[in-house]
Amino acid sequence: MRKKSGLKLFLIIACIAILCYIALNGLEIGIYRIVPLAERVQQGLDLKGGLYVVYEADIAPGDPDRDSKIAGAIRVMRNRLDKSNQHEATIAPQGTNRIVVEIPGVDNPQELADILMKPAVLEFIGPEGDVIITGKDVKTAKPGYITGQKPVVHFELHPEGAKKFAEATEKYLGQVIKIVLDGNPISEPTVDEVIPNGQGVIHGMRDIEEAQKLATLIESGALPVELKQVEVRTIGATLGANALERGILAGIVGLSLVFLFMLVYYRLPGLVADLALVVYTLLVMLITVLARITITLPGIAGIVLSIGMAVDANVIIFERIKEELRAGKTLRAALDSGFSKAFSAILDSNVTTLIAGVVLLYFGTGPIQGFAKTLMLGVVVSMFTAIVFTKYVLRLIIDLNVQNKKLYGV
Amino acid sequence: MVYERGITEMNIDFVSKYKIFVAISLVIIIAGLAVMIFQGLNLGIDFKGGTVIYVNIGKPYSPDDIRSILSSQGIEATVVQVGDNKQDAIIRMRYMENQEEIQQRLIDALKEKYDLTDERFSVDTVGPTIGKDLTRNAILSTVISWVFILIYVGTRFEFKSGVAAIVALVHDVLIMVAAAALLRTQINSPFVAAVLTIIGYSINDTIVIFDRVRENQKRFGKKLSMAEIVNRSINESLTRTINTSLTTLFTVTALYVFGVESIKEFSLPMLVGIISGVYSTIFIAGPLWVEWSERAERRRLATAK
Repeated sequence: MRKKSGLKLFLIIACIAILCYIALNGLEIGIYRIVPLAERVQQGLDLKGGLYVVYEADIAPGDPDRDSKIAGAIRVMRNRLDKSNQHEATIAPQGTNRIVVEIPGVDNPQELADILMKPAVLEFIGPEGDVIITGKDVKTAKPGYITGQKPVVHFELHPEGAKKFAEATEKYLGQVIKIVLDGNPISEPTVDEVIPNGQGVIHGMRDIEEAQKLATLIESGALPVELKQVEVRTIGATLGANALERGILAGIVGLSLVFLFMLVYYRLPGLVADLALVVYTLLVMLITVLARITITLPGIAGIVLSIGMAVDANVIIFERIKEELRAGKTLRAALDSGFSKAFSAILDSNVTTLIAGVVLLYFGTGPIQGFAKTLMLGVVVSMFTAIVFTKYVLRLIIDLNVQNKKLYGV
Repeated sequence: MVYERGITEMNIDFVSKYKIFVAISLVIIIAGLAVMIFQGLNLGIDFKGGTVIYVNIGKPYSPDDIRSILSSQGIEATVVQVGDNKQDAIIRMRYMENQEEIQQRLIDALKEKYDLTDERFSVDTVGPTIGKDLTRNAILSTVISWVFILIYVGTRFEFKSGVAAIVALVHDVLIMVAAAALLRTQINSPFVAAVLTIIGYSINDTIVIFDRVRENQKRFGKKLSMAEIVNRSINESLTRTINTSLTTLFTVTALYVFGVESIKEFSLPMLVGIISGVYSTIFIAGPLWVEWSERAERRRLATAK
C-alpha cells in the first residue's frame, strides 16, 4: 500500500514536471516536433497589433431585408479584404446593424478601413443622364497600363452587360459616356468606336495603386447598405507586445505570491494546492490552444485573476480539514469530511461566478468577451484541479503515513 | 499555530453592531454619489465617444511640447505622461465631426517631431452612438446577473438569504462606483467587466457563510437564536473569508502594478470590489439575514397571539 502510493505520487510529480518542460520549451523527437505551448496561443489584436473597426449600417429597424443586407455587406467586405491580401482578417456581425472587422498587423489601417466602407456604386452614364450599365454588369476588373505607361483599369462585362454596352456605344458614338463611382465622375471618355465584346478600359487614375484600389472595389461589388465607422481601434505592434509582456509578468508575480502564501499558511496541503495550481495553469493553456480561444489583453487578466480564484476552493477545504482535525478526527477521516462538507459551498460559489461570466459573454463586445471566456474556463478547470486532483494527491500522501499534524497546519 | 487558533476561537459580535458598519458604507456611497452629481463620473471614450491616442515616444519628452503641437493645430485635448520611464503619452480628445482628419494630422506631427513609426501608436476612436449601447448593456447586464444570482441563491438556500446576498452585492457595486467617482478613475468597458466579475465573485464568501449557517442551524437550531448562529458562522468562517480574498487580491494587485493602462482600469475597481466584498460578507449580508428572519419571526408571533 505504502509503496504503491509512493510510486503513484512520484509518477504524478514526474509527469507534471515533464509536461511543464514540454509546455515551456517544446520537444523534438525525430521528425516529430512539439512547439512550446505559448507559441501556439492565438493572440488577439490588442497583443499583436492591428485594426479593429465597428461599422454601423444605415438600416431602418423594421427593414425585413436587414439580415440579408448585412450578410451581403459582409460578403462584399470579405471580397475586398481578400483582394487586398488580408486573408487573416475576420468579419462578424454584431447586434442587429453592426459589423466588426478585425485585421491583424496592417501598415495603413485607416486607408483599409475606408476602403471597406466605400459604397462602390459604379455607373456608366450616357449623355442623356441615363444609366447604361452598373458595377453588377462587370465580370472582371484588373489594373494595368496602356500606351505611355498610363495606369488604367481593364474591365470585362457579363454577356448581358456587354450587349447593353454595345448598343449604347453605337447610340452615343462620338459622344461622352461618364464613368461615375459613388457619385464622383472618375473618367469621361468619348466613344471612338462601337465596343461589341464588352471589354474596355477606365482612364483617369493617378498611379497604379489607385488603379488597383478601383479594380478591387469594382470587382468585389457595391455594398448593399451605407456604412459608417462608429469605433476604430488601431494597436501598434510595439505597444501590443509590451502589453503582453507586462501581462505575463503580472501572471508570474501573482502566481508566485499565491504559491508562497499557500505554502506558508497551509504547509503540506498548501504544497499540494500549489501543485494543483501548476496543473491548472497547464490545463488552461492547453485548452486555450486546443479550443483555439483567442487570447486578448483582458483575456490575460481573466487568467491571472482566475489563478487567485483557483485556490479559493483549496482554502475552503483546508480550513475545513483543520477544523475536523482539531475536533479530534484522524487525518483520513478529516480529509474525507473536509472535502465533502466544503463541496456544496464551492459548487455554489463557482456557479455564481459562471452566471456573471455568461452575462458578460452575452452583453460584452470584442475583448471583454475574451475576458469572460478565460474567466469561465478558469472556473471550470479549477473545480477539477482544486477538488479532484488535490484530494487524490493528499490521499496518496496520507497513505505514505505522513501523520504529523503540524504539517497540516494544526 | 497560536495566531490561527486565536482567529477560530474569536467571537466577535458582528450582528448587533451591524448598524455602525452599514453607516460606514453609507457614508462612502453618499460621498461618491455627491461627487457623481456635482462632477459626474470620469467617463472614458467607450461611453462618451472621442479619441485616445497612446504613443510610446521611447525617450524623455516634455508633455508641454505635445500641448503646444495641439494648440498650434487648434485641437482641444488633454495629455498625460505615463509608462515605466515616463516615455509614453496618452492624448485624449472629445468626439468631433472630422475626427479622422484631425487625429491623422496630429499623429503625423508627432511622428515628425519624435521620429516615430506607426508601431508605436495605438489609436482608439469611438463614435458617440456606441456609448449609449454600452451604458444600456452595462446596466442591463448588471441587473440581469443580480436577478439570476438571486434566483440561484434563493433556491439553494432560502429567499431571505438570497435577498441579503443581493443587498451585499448591490452594496459592492455602489462602493465600486463611489470609489471610481471619488478617485476619478477612467470608466470604460473594463470597469463594467470588473463590476460583473465582482458580482459573480464577491458572493462566494457570502455563500460560504450561508452554507455554514445552514449547517449550524441543523446543529444548534433549537439551542441558539438566529443571531447567535449567524455570529458563530461568521466567526468560524472568518479565516477562509479573508484568505480566499487574499489570494485573489495578490493576483489583482500584480495586475494593477504591472499591467498596462487598460488593465489598470480593470484591476483598480477589482481591488476595491474585492475588499468591499469581504466587508459586506462579514458585516452586512449575515446580520441582514438575521434582522429579517427575526422581524419575520416577531410578526409570526404577533399574529399568532
